[in-house]
Amino acid sequence: MAVPGATASRSGLRSALPLLAPAYLWLTVAIFLPLSAMVFFSFMTDLPLSGKPWAFTLGNYAAFFSQSLYLTLLLASLRLGLEVTLWCVVIGYPAAYVLAKVLKGRSREAIFLLVILPFWSNGLVRIFSWAMVLREGGILDTALNAVLPFKINIDLMYSYPAVIIGLVHSYVPYMVLTCYLTLQAIDDSLIEAGRSLGASRLQVLKRVIIPLSLPGLVAGAALIFVPVVGSFMEPRILGGRTGTFYGTVIEDQFVAVFNWPLGAALSFILLAVVLVILAVAAPVLRRAA
Amino acid sequence: MRMPRLTALLTATAVLTTAFTLAASAAEVHVLNWKGYGADEPWAVQAFEKATGNKVVNDFFNSEQEMLTKIRTNPGLYDVVMINAAFNDQAMSEKLIQPIDTSKLPNYADISKDKAGSPMLDHDGKVYGVPWVWGLTALAINEKSFDKPPTSIAEMWDPAHKGRVIIRDDAVEAVQFGAIATGQNINDIKDMDAVKTKLTSLMPQIKTFWSSENDWNQMVASNQIDIGTYWSGSADRAKTHFKLPVSLVIPKEGAVAWLDAFSIPAGSKNVEGAQAFINWMIDPKFYVEWVTKVGAPVSANTKAVEALPEDAFNRKVMGDPEVAKRIQFQAPITDAQREAYLALWQQLKVDVK
Repeated sequence: MAVPGATASRSGLRSALPLLAPAYLWLTVAIFLPLSAMVFFSFMTDLPLSGKPWAFTLGNYAAFFSQSLYLTLLLASLRLGLEVTLWCVVIGYPAAYVLAKVLKGRSREAIFLLVILPFWSNGLVRIFSWAMVLREGGILDTALNAVLPFKINIDLMYSYPAVIIGLVHSYVPYMVLTCYLTLQAIDDSLIEAGRSLGASRLQVLKRVIIPLSLPGLVAGAALIFVPVVGSFMEPRILGGRTGTFYGTVIEDQFVAVFNWPLGAALSFILLAVVLVILAVAAPVLRRAA
Repeated sequence: MRMPRLTALLTATAVLTTAFTLAASAAEVHVLNWKGYGADEPWAVQAFEKATGNKVVNDFFNSEQEMLTKIRTNPGLYDVVMINAAFNDQAMSEKLIQPIDTSKLPNYADISKDKAGSPMLDHDGKVYGVPWVWGLTALAINEKSFDKPPTSIAEMWDPAHKGRVIIRDDAVEAVQFGAIATGQNINDIKDMDAVKTKLTSLMPQIKTFWSSENDWNQMVASNQIDIGTYWSGSADRAKTHFKLPVSLVIPKEGAVAWLDAFSIPAGSKNVEGAQAFINWMIDPKFYVEWVTKVGAPVSANTKAVEALPEDAFNRKVMGDPEVAKRIQFQAPITDAQREAYLALWQQLKVDVK
């Protein structure tokens, strides 16, 4: 996504300044300053807060490489991020297509409302309601056994699939919204032109619709992948004994042992890895588009 | 037009805040404790306020680390803080708490001698913590799953309970539990490899980890677990207050014991109120009411325990000399040890994935 205003003249920038200042001031105070403090912490042996002597060190970063534990967990978290993103595409993209191209008027509004409805409830509440659905003797188990002629035992709670289900549910609206915006912008006459020139529906999808909506797909994927890799609440509640991921280990450093320096270092390694992945993926995706 | 109004608003807020703060420091007792742990019971707070004229303001923490952070970062805010005896030493050496004049606490004389004289709470002849209650991290069972209660810790490893065992997501507790299962002293673990092997074989048995009483109680209420580690006071509360089929088992191999004590933070603005509150908390009258209405751990005040009915769990079982022989009190652990325990615990959790 190129910034169209990058070549704007100086005078344009000056007149834009009053409009930009509040947002940038806020970003500086709310994001840049705490983040810099965390960078600072990550190079310290101990927090000055605890009244103990401290010094600068690289030891916190070295800790990541000295134990296989962190790398294993980071890979597990990246895999989780990929799987959740994939499921969000599989579920979200068709929904966005239907919303943008098939439904019109009232019914579109109603379906749209259903998509963004989860945003209005608290994330923790959503996760706990999944716990009621997924557990043995829970809503899903009881409902399926009431309908099916044979007895099945569904206990998805405290497993890897439960974490995937919870995360996909939380993040699929992002995919629907970003894809909807790009799909809606596609001129219907392009699709009609393709069809009238003899392309099959599948060919139109592959040659016209997907390439034109790729920016939305990529934006949605990035919006989902990044927070999922660092997620800790959903794995902890839904994952049970399989719910240890990179995010939960960072949380432990902050909450359980008060080792902020190590927690901060682990966070920045995650940030670096995610940025590298996005940087590598960007040109490939741009070429595809 | 805008700016003066904003300034006025800000000034008004500042004045109001100052006024509130001034009024507050007069007769408020700020208490920092676990949520739902005695000090915030509405009936107790009401009675205390009526008797002494102090107003109680409760604040809560979710881990000992959070408690220390809160008193570090809010000097002068709290008047009473509940500190596990194993953390008292750290709080004292960081100068977060002040010595307590026990002559102002009439009930202090009734605290059992071994608790009141604990080297964890007394430093250089000064008292830095008033023992309040003690309890165990032992086993609790879902009564529906057992005909008769087990006696050994080995029950947790029984294949019959595979996928129906629960333990707390806490590195220190897990490692000390492993030490007991391998017959070691929890405060001086010689063979860490044995602990690791023992816990490794436990991991596949586990359904999930619990972090609050509520987790544990819900798992039993929906009949998803058979057995797990639990705190004695919580097991009592689950049975008395929530009417759940839970009972505590003190295994023959032993259990981890902890002692909770009240301290007064350095810079408290209402030391008199704090003393009155602590005295109220260790009073037999409060304790008996707490046990009967809600369920509680064992009081450090001998008179308070004697005020319970003969057959009360906290008197009959916890007061049993045979039990006293088996339990091991938690001593302070260093930050380095705590981090090592966490590394071990995280490794175990990763290996089981």
